[in-house]
Amino acid sequence: MTSSKVLGTFVVNGEPHEVAYAPHKTLLEVLREDLGLTGTKHGCELGECGACTVLLDGTPVVSCLVLAQEVEGRAIRTIEGLADGPDLHPLQDLFAELGASQCGYCSAGFMLAASELLERNPDPTRDEIRAAVAGNICRCTGYIKIFEAIELAAARLRGEQGQPTREMLYGS
Amino acid sequence: MLRLPKFTLHRPTSAADAVRIAAGHGPEASYVAGGTDLYPNMKRRVQRPTHVVSLSRCADLRSRAGVAGAEVTLGAMTTLTAIERDPWLQEHYPAFVHAASVISTPLLRNMGTIGGNLLLDTRCNYYDQNYEWRESISFCMKCDGSTCWVAPSSPRCWAVQSSDTVPLLCAIGAHVTLLGPDGERRIPLTDLYRDDGIAYTTKRPGELLTHLHLPALNGWRASYRKLRRRGSFDFPVLGVGACLHFDGDVVTRAEVRIGGAGSHAIPAVKTAAMLVGQRLRRDDAASGELIRAAAQEAYKPTRAMDNTDLDAAWRKKMAPVFVSRAIQDCL
Amino acid sequence: MAPETGMPESGGATAGGERAEGRYLHAVDAASLSVIGKPWRKIDARSRVTGQTKYADDLALPRMLACKLLRSSVAHARIKSIDTSAAEALGGVHAVLVGSELPVAFGILPVSQDEHTLCIDKVRFIGDPVAAVAAVDEDTAWEACRLIRVEYEPLDVVTSVFDAARDPHGMDPADRIHDYGREGNLHRCEHLEFGDLDAAFAESDLVREDLCFFEGNTHLPMEEHSTVAFTDPDGKLCVMSSTQTPHYLHRALAKVLAAFVPPHKIRVIACPNGGGFGGKSDPFNHEIAVARLSMKTGRPVKITLTREEVFQTHRGRHPVLMKSRIGVSKDGRIKALEFETHLDGGAYGSYGTASTFYTGALQCVTYKVDNYHFKGARWFTNKAPCGPKRGHGTPQPRFALETQLDKVAVELGIDPATLRSRHLAEAGSLTANWMRIGSMGLGECIERVCAGSGFRERWGRLPLGRGVGLACSSYLSGAGLPIYWNAMPHSGVQLKLDRSGLVTVFCGSTDIGQGSNSILAYIVAEVFGLDPQDLRVVTSDTDLTPVDLGSYSSRVTVMTGNAALQAAERARDLLVPHVAAQLDIPKGRVTFGGGRVFDCEDPERGMTFAEAVGTAEAKIGTIGTTGSYRPPKSPARYKGGGVGPSPSYSYTAAVVEVDVDPETGIYTVPRIWVAHDIGRAINPALVVGQVEGSVYMGLGEAMMEEMSYRGNRFGVHKIPSMLEYKSPTSMEMPEVVTYLVEDPDPNGPFGAKEAGQGPLLPIMPAVANAIYDAVGVRVDEVPVTPEKVFDAMQRKAQGKEARYGPRELPRVEWPEPRRVRTPWQGGTGVEVEREDELARSSQG
Repeated sequence: MTSSKVLGTFVVNGEPHEVAYAPHKTLLEVLREDLGLTGTKHGCELGECGACTVLLDGTPVVSCLVLAQEVEGRAIRTIEGLADGPDLHPLQDLFAELGASQCGYCSAGFMLAASELLERNPDPTRDEIRAAVAGNICRCTGYIKIFEAIELAAARLRGEQGQPTREMLYGS
Repeated sequence: MLRLPKFTLHRPTSAADAVRIAAGHGPEASYVAGGTDLYPNMKRRVQRPTHVVSLSRCADLRSRAGVAGAEVTLGAMTTLTAIERDPWLQEHYPAFVHAASVISTPLLRNMGTIGGNLLLDTRCNYYDQNYEWRESISFCMKCDGSTCWVAPSSPRCWAVQSSDTVPLLCAIGAHVTLLGPDGERRIPLTDLYRDDGIAYTTKRPGELLTHLHLPALNGWRASYRKLRRRGSFDFPVLGVGACLHFDGDVVTRAEVRIGGAGSHAIPAVKTAAMLVGQRLRRDDAASGELIRAAAQEAYKPTRAMDNTDLDAAWRKKMAPVFVSRAIQDCL
Repeated sequence: MAPETGMPESGGATAGGERAEGRYLHAVDAASLSVIGKPWRKIDARSRVTGQTKYADDLALPRMLACKLLRSSVAHARIKSIDTSAAEALGGVHAVLVGSELPVAFGILPVSQDEHTLCIDKVRFIGDPVAAVAAVDEDTAWEACRLIRVEYEPLDVVTSVFDAARDPHGMDPADRIHDYGREGNLHRCEHLEFGDLDAAFAESDLVREDLCFFEGNTHLPMEEHSTVAFTDPDGKLCVMSSTQTPHYLHRALAKVLAAFVPPHKIRVIACPNGGGFGGKSDPFNHEIAVARLSMKTGRPVKITLTREEVFQTHRGRHPVLMKSRIGVSKDGRIKALEFETHLDGGAYGSYGTASTFYTGALQCVTYKVDNYHFKGARWFTNKAPCGPKRGHGTPQPRFALETQLDKVAVELGIDPATLRSRHLAEAGSLTANWMRIGSMGLGECIERVCAGSGFRERWGRLPLGRGVGLACSSYLSGAGLPIYWNAMPHSGVQLKLDRSGLVTVFCGSTDIGQGSNSILAYIVAEVFGLDPQDLRVVTSDTDLTPVDLGSYSSRVTVMTGNAALQAAERARDLLVPHVAAQLDIPKGRVTFGGGRVFDCEDPERGMTFAEAVGTAEAKIGTIGTTGSYRPPKSPARYKGGGVGPSPSYSYTAAVVEVDVDPETGIYTVPRIWVAHDIGRAINPALVVGQVEGSVYMGLGEAMMEEMSYRGNRFGVHKIPSMLEYKSPTSMEMPEVVTYLVEDPDPNGPFGAKEAGQGPLLPIMPAVANAIYDAVGVRVDEVPVTPEKVFDAMQRKAQGKEARYGPRELPRVEWPEPRRVRTPWQGGTGVEVEREDELARSSQG
């Protein structure tokens, strides 16, 4: 009863990958199981948690509800491709610095959703950040460190210092 | 991992091709737009098409046409995010944009389309469950079973109308175009729906919803008020669309639709009737009294049942409050 | 035997210094510390933000098979037959496993070994597994499960404590959910009395009795449980799993698989957990099933649960129905407190015995309670088994007590902050139930949140619809006793010092996101004067790392920290004499810092840390040490006194602000102030993260989270999905102002106490108290939903009792209490009966 596979090319993080995959697979499954890109996580497979968020032509989508066949040839960005080169992306750097990533399972989804927000809006308000990540659930952090990390990453991407305040690291 | 069942995907490049392909597979086929409703349902095995006709390459379903003062037409594949971020729609159809912007999450709005939202499957927490869960209740009337567990002696299914845009678009008098094997037809949106959890639309076999038509702006004002637990993710468990037409400050026409509380967007007929011919003004005590009294009439038709989030009796009690607030918004 | 002071055990294979290691460190001046107290990144932060962390489901091995479980579709039934033939015949299926193949029972607690890998003759809830399939892929395994025919003979279904309590004597024994326990479906029934309650109530100026209900809720970790099992190249079984307790999983595997494999040939590796919160602390049937399937097939087998199965696996917060009777003096001192709890345990024992005691254990560690009485019952029901969730058994009674104190404050006309701060339990004291309190910073916590929020000025004075509420709490820094009785350490650490200068820390603990791996690095780095990022930390591998009991009960920082500290100090003591000889200075002047070892009087004179290791290695050979920790012996020596004692208690105070819509009952929480007595923050940024995360999870419990079942519809879980089980999103999270109060505790490494659980506890009662302040109604039930607020407001408007909450408890024939004299009655921590016996025997 093994599925017969189809051959397709996926452009992930700028590189084309030719893959033989089962045609009823979602993008999530192809990324994780056929391309070995396990940085994209899953927590429900129904679009209800945001853990599997990737960028599709720059737009954040839940890869568990994207049929792989539909996105052959389109630009897919995953957490493995967020940083350009050996240095962390400012979002990754700030998530690490503030502890916005606790168990880390939701982090990729948050950072990819946030990266699109910052493309669109380099200086978002706290409320705009809340709204932009409102499709991603985090059970560890209470979101606050995530908001702060996105704000500081935005500042760094604007060329500002973006240093954490004392309260962020030590409490009030 | 929950996975999709096996099926064949078709990717036509025009609406006409899509309709032709679907017709070739009859009831085995299903259209898919954003996939945010169909794919979860397929993973849960409540929908099991063996042929899925994707509309993603149908460029003719992505247009927006029309100018202020005339009817505006949106292609069914317009994403909810596109509606939310469209400055022109924001300016001219703010209530519609608001209704679209409170759907689900930003991620799903990036994928979901207006056509999909208009045809959103009715929801019920006896139905929106995995196969294994449904097996443990011996399934339900809407899928694989015979009993409606919401009301076991009921001959009908009580799954709930759960689209945010539908109550609002029904209230403002939107129309839709459907393309089927036998040609194209245009109907008022209100005629698209039926008060039944299973056969909730009047769409004919193989028909594809291609366009939404927003009525011309001619002095009406509308509002959408949504009740849900959280500020994101949640479907409406009460969603009130209201639209008032004015001559000066006298209401000439009123339409109030209650969503999330029955299998279709229920018209609050008495409420609307009580408003027509009345002089309504913002921050005016007499107007407030009148609206409250009219809104109270929305209690009775609201059919909140124990098959969504939040207590059914309370949701019913909230209907007049939300109706009243939605009407106030229109002043 | 560990000394009573809770010092790390001295002695061992390597040299120890004269210092009482660990013990003095709480008094160390923060300024003298170079690593501790600084907001370092977690050592695995890079891995977590780049997607490189390998969680269990990220593992893929050649020839790996996929496993699916067939779970019961009925809530309570006898299994008449299982026919797996069609499933076995399906192409792509490699093995089908049924319960009779693994007849040995298991369970986390020795007293409740009531689970089987797969049900053998009976199923007890919807989701109980009855068969397991290993197939080429998940699709095939799922299809195969649909082909297995199970014939059930239905039994009575029990879905509430009231159902469970109905006619224990008259019921057909066949209908009992388990054939052990007290009687009927009563699993545990505990009755403890400390002091003279009747006299104390008689002396009280105010006596109140309140009933309340705390609905169950679940952990909802983002990661669905996953396990991979395989036979490693040398023929041993290896199980890699999303578990918080690899040691306990190892024990369960060894027990159930004893006929197939000896314990030393089983290796358990806990993968980094994608969230745990207590939900991955039991050994689970799916873990054992894939282990056996991998042995049967000779291939790696993986199972990853669906979200629905995670709900069925559960082990979350018990629903608890409670009665609290309190007697206070005019100034609010608690003279008598009588508590009765009824836990809806679900279908299995799990940690339930401990949970039951926990609902009565920590009432006396926050405020002085002169006399205390506890009755606790746990009932079996045909629902997913409950167990430990963040705060384990204590949030429910904390809610009851803190809302009751709010009512007392109103009645006495004392503001709730002052009422509490007047009667705080004292540092270093013993409670009525013989818990030993260490450092105690609750008073300062209360003052900090009051100052920040303006609580005293605003409480009772805000306009209708707006309110502030205060509540406090305490939690343990690790359970005083292990899950199974033994005299061995709770935590062990090994250090390897390499001549390259690399220090490797080996420890059996598991990082579930809280940063426990980093804590090990910080503590060892502090001792050696190294950068924590330069260390290597190897954890949670039963083959490679010394036993640590697991990531539960907020024990990891205190216990692994003390063990790591001991190991590091021992290693330092190995280096010092040789470095001193090399530098030709007295040993007392050898100092570690900045990656160097040098003369404190002439810092130029020294060597790199790597050279120091090499110097010592040349003299004494390979450098390695061990450290271990066992908590101090508890003075609570009565039966039941094993639950509650801890090396130290953390304290938290919180003020919650609410905005209530008086027309609907819908409310929002714009702001929360929270102060946490952490003892000393090993890493303040991680502590702030734990506090904010606890506040978040507490707010979810307070506002919306509930495990609801349809009792009238076969006992199905109403909403087993991420969408319909409501947890707060980014849109609900309020602004949180966090204060860290540092009152170093003598039992903690550098004075540290716990942070991961305690700050959750005050949130639920503070929300309920704030609702009262806003609209004058009491919701004596968690979650505090808008419907309940609305209902209570309607009652109030109709002149009825302005309250929403339970009105009755199930009836129980309580056994005679175990009576224990309080410390101030001259007790000794054992039952009065035993004291009397001892007195008689010493006279005789």
